[in-house]
Amino acid sequence: MHNSANPGSPPSAAAEPVITVSGLAKDYRVFDKPEGLLASIRGLFHRPARVVEALRGVDLTVGRGEFVALLGPNGAGKTTFLKLLSGIITPSRGTARVLGHVPWERADDFRRRFALVMGQRNQLWWDLPAAESFRLHQEIYRIEPARFARIRDELVGMLGVRELILRPVRDLSLGERMKLELVAALLHEPEVLFLDEPTIGLDVVAQHTIHEFLRQVQTERRVTVILTTHYMKDVAALCERLVVITHGDILYDGSLAGVVDRFTTHKIVTLDFEEPPARASLERFGFPCEIRGPQAVLRIDRGRIADVLPDLLRGAGVRDVSVEDVPLEEIVAGMFRSAARPAEAVR
Amino acid sequence: MTPSSSAARAGPLHALRVWWTMLAICLEERLVYRGDFALGTLMRFLPIVTQVFLWTAVFAATSRPDIAGYSRNDIVAYYLLTMVTRAFSSMPGLAGGISRSIRDGSVKKYLVQPVDYVGFLLAARVAHKLVYYAVAILPFAAVFFLCRGYFPPPPDAATSAAFLLALVLSFLLGFFMEATLGMLGFWMLETASIVFAYMLVQYLLSGHMFPIDMLAGIPTGVAGVSLADVVRWLPFEFTAYFPAAVWLGKVRGAALVRGLVIEAAWVLLMAVACRIAWRRGTRRYSAYGG
Repeated sequence: MHNSANPGSPPSAAAEPVITVSGLAKDYRVFDKPEGLLASIRGLFHRPARVVEALRGVDLTVGRGEFVALLGPNGAGKTTFLKLLSGIITPSRGTARVLGHVPWERADDFRRRFALVMGQRNQLWWDLPAAESFRLHQEIYRIEPARFARIRDELVGMLGVRELILRPVRDLSLGERMKLELVAALLHEPEVLFLDEPTIGLDVVAQHTIHEFLRQVQTERRVTVILTTHYMKDVAALCERLVVITHGDILYDGSLAGVVDRFTTHKIVTLDFEEPPARASLERFGFPCEIRGPQAVLRIDRGRIADVLPDLLRGAGVRDVSVEDVPLEEIVAGMFRSAARPAEAVR
Repeated sequence: MTPSSSAARAGPLHALRVWWTMLAICLEERLVYRGDFALGTLMRFLPIVTQVFLWTAVFAATSRPDIAGYSRNDIVAYYLLTMVTRAFSSMPGLAGGISRSIRDGSVKKYLVQPVDYVGFLLAARVAHKLVYYAVAILPFAAVFFLCRGYFPPPPDAATSAAFLLALVLSFLLGFFMEATLGMLGFWMLETASIVFAYMLVQYLLSGHMFPIDMLAGIPTGVAGVSLADVVRWLPFEFTAYFPAAVWLGKVRGAALVRGLVIEAAWVLLMAVACRIAWRRGTRRYSAYGG
């Protein structure tokens, strides 16, 4: 992997590694169906196949109790990565160990010790109350009855869904279902938890509840969590470590703070003036992104900020000032864009 | 923290407990839809009425007292009994459900969780059947009562037991054949046409349409081999003809024992085929799709 080593390096080095991945790659063969009837008929005899490299040799080590966010644009290989780690698919190249097991051997001992929650996928029985699905999990995962009852009550208590577990799942809202999915996934006290977009489509309140819940579960039980998401709110609320994947490669692996240091060159300074400022007067401090009435937003080089700020404030009629980092969304969007590459070669 | 501390119960006893819980939950799930098949069951008897008219006409046109050993009454009793056999061996939606779960990805659950998909499907199907019988017993009883005049006196205890065994085996045979068929979904996108072809062959060769004894005189082109012989080499007759013929006393003694042994062998063979299909299929799924 070319650039997985980073200055703001992951804290995993010290902790006992739970997940170790090296050179992990996955190729998919895809068949493009050309347009038109004639081409379709030709396609019956010869289908042009293309190899898409969903993952191109990823190295990663995750220590016990870490909460890692996996970020990347659609099709970057995040879900492929989680599928490999949970043993649903086998890799084309490379190795992985999760809890000492090769995931795709699907040993029962391994499968009893982790859980995978896919935002769009149901492990709960649609027509039955969640309590019944929980009971089935109790048997599948061999959870002692007393322990099962205690954990279940704890989890539903934390999420505030106690009264929902006796209602048929089909009658629940998306957010309620997601909460119960999380309960089902955690009943057997997995040591490793993979979450694939768990907050997709949820309202702000539900998202917040799930954040609180996941944070508590992770700190109290020392669960190792890998989360894929498109919401920076998830990342900011939960993860100390950020892994950015684009085009099947790890583009960044390090702390959340580190990403700001490494990928931004400037800060955002918002100024409130007594009177609308002139654009020209601001340009010598930095780049004015926006001037609206008496308010101006400037992008100022990080290295210059300490020198520039006193001058700015000493100037005419500044009423208020705030200095912020570039929003995480913007940084990540920038990373995604900079990594944009032409489509894969046809083989 | 480690769940191994709670893994005190293990081995076959535990597998049985898991299976039992799956059965109980599937039963609950099926009961949600109990209303659906009360009417459906009754409708299934309608074709029988046409068969009764058809065979009445056939026997009216001939002076023979029986055809291939079946009197008019035997024929009607035979059709009614194949309804019972089919109630055990038919697996509506099984193959289609499996290939759908492969296509839409819900089969992943069974790769991630420490649970056996085939065992789960079997539990679900047993539950499906039990709920079905609970509802269907009334229309079945009514029809059999109304048609009691067509039946010979009930067979002795040993034959009745053999009949029941043949029925249970026909359930397992039907299950493993269709489950194997559904797992072809690992290799192809759409299995509906294959399932349809299977249904057709099954309908013709299982004895659902007419007793297999009637094929005895039909040549196949190979000297000394009749169509009935070909059917005897295939498993389909056990899903309709065989149990019905046992009840009617058409298969007796050594032939009965041999029939049950062959039926059990087919069950075993298809169960193994189903396992292999699952193992190969999931390996392929893991390698290509997922």
